[in-house]
Amino acid sequence: MVKKTKSLSLNFGPQHPAAHGVLRLILELDGEIVEKADPHIGLLHRGTEKLIEQKTYTQALPYFDRLDYVAPMNQEHAFALAAEKLLNVEVPIRAKYIRVIFCEIGRILSHILNVTTQALDVGALTPSLWGFEERETLMTFYERASGSRLHANYFRTGGVHKDIPMKLVEDIEKFCKSFPKIIDDLEGLLTDNRIFKQRNVEIGIVSKQEALDHSFSGVMLRGSGVPWDLRRSQPYEIYKDLDFKIPVGKNGDCYDRYLCRIEEMRESVKIILQCIERLPKGPVISINNKISPPNRDDIKQSMEALIHHFKLFTEGYRVPKGDVYTAVEAPKGEFGVYLISDGSNKPYRCKIRAPGFSHLQAMDYLIRGHMLADVPAVLGSLDIVFGEVDR
Amino acid sequence: MILNLQKIEKLINSELSSKIKNSSIENEELLIEIDESDLIDVVQFLKSNENCRFKQLIDIAGVDYPENEKRFELVYLFLSHEHNLRIKVLIKFQINQTINSLTKIFPSANWMEREVFDMYGIKFKNHPDLRRILTDYGFKGHPLRKDFPLTGFNEVRYSEKEKKVIYEPVKLEQNYRNFDFESPWEGTNYIKEIKNMEKDGKKN
Repeated sequence: MVKKTKSLSLNFGPQHPAAHGVLRLILELDGEIVEKADPHIGLLHRGTEKLIEQKTYTQALPYFDRLDYVAPMNQEHAFALAAEKLLNVEVPIRAKYIRVIFCEIGRILSHILNVTTQALDVGALTPSLWGFEERETLMTFYERASGSRLHANYFRTGGVHKDIPMKLVEDIEKFCKSFPKIIDDLEGLLTDNRIFKQRNVEIGIVSKQEALDHSFSGVMLRGSGVPWDLRRSQPYEIYKDLDFKIPVGKNGDCYDRYLCRIEEMRESVKIILQCIERLPKGPVISINNKISPPNRDDIKQSMEALIHHFKLFTEGYRVPKGDVYTAVEAPKGEFGVYLISDGSNKPYRCKIRAPGFSHLQAMDYLIRGHMLADVPAVLGSLDIVFGEVDR
Repeated sequence: MILNLQKIEKLINSELSSKIKNSSIENEELLIEIDESDLIDVVQFLKSNENCRFKQLIDIAGVDYPENEKRFELVYLFLSHEHNLRIKVLIKFQINQTINSLTKIFPSANWMEREVFDMYGIKFKNHPDLRRILTDYGFKGHPLRKDFPLTGFNEVRYSEKEKKVIYEPVKLEQNYRNFDFESPWEGTNYIKEIKNMEKDGKKN
């Protein structure tokens, strides 16, 4: 005799500690097996793209901090690169190094958050307590460079806003020396942890082909064994001069993605150390005063500088007509900006390509046939931040 | 990189000569313009051809030019991991046209097309599940169209009287100020003033 069962519809979120933000997930369950998942997103939609169309290029930059708010500067970077490509401005070499240092700090920030909260989702509390202490230190570095811990607004078209003090460089170096020990500690808690492995190994497996079909990028792609990193394959800034490895996973499951993130943190530390060692002296923002503001002293002395300053902070600069797509390897994957300029001082269209959007889209395919308890584990390893998914 | 792009441009132009309306390399990026009815064929070719292998759809960007006869543009961004190349495919079409969905070729097109539908109201043929994605349940209008005001039409608040969240037309305490620096003599038209003018016009 066959017993007929009805599938159960379960509403997960929008307020759920394991949803990593405001995700509403409609799950169809057969007993404990998930048959279908329908993510409802947009609960954090702020219309960033619409707002950017109304603002000048300088004013548009802070919106990028608010996308993936755990690694703000990486986002700013994509927009700054897009505007620079259209304007054809040269970025001073010191600014490039500073940018790379802070992008890698952003990567560590994001990976610590992800690795530790993923552990939290499957039941381990301690890693998040240890990891967040380090994030606090890193955010102090953000604060010392830009003035704010989170929404930095530090990058500018043509460079970065202010030079960083020597003491900060020393402190970052000190941090880089001590941080690998913390990664070891975190790994000691998780890597061989029986419970952690039971919850992550062979969960949410993505094959190479499927990772490509679903537009995966970043760790989601590398975890499945595709050696693809924009820092290496389409290098921007100074990445081609730096020596770093690209960790690649084998099985494409949640555990491999965790391992990739841990290794990437170690590589980021290496990159930062190399940058600090080579950090050249010089200006940190393009000396073209049509794009970057003149310095304070000049404004007091020179009429021309005063006019430049006034024009830049009222009208802003005009960007030549054209369209450009620039992508950076953000901690979560390929973060891209497709910018269309109509020759005025505001972007005509700014399409933001958020890696999390494609990753979350694959949720249905990833979770099908898994147990209900695997939902947080898979969601955790996707590395979702709703700031960028909802935009 | 540019050399490779030129090679690809040549190849595409010779293989798909009848379908390519225009192709250009600007800012080290290859852009091809095609007719919207050829979309599936061209994308299929780009994905499968030995020298192209654009196997990943990066994004779909809608653009609105209200003054053009063909009002909307869609830009498809593709990436080829094997050849380390990017390509942009552009289609232009009128407001009521439906576009073929790419979901059969690229599963990831699903949400991207939903987003375009949500933001611009462009409909896709053969899309499995064309719903709004980013805006609120029951939202009206398409926010990224240029004629959609930045403030929107409705605002949400909790009503103490009705004990629930209610929607009402946007009431601005202060004008949204958008300084137009490009023409300092004309000044800015404020939404409130425009509304008042419309009201007065009706009365008169």
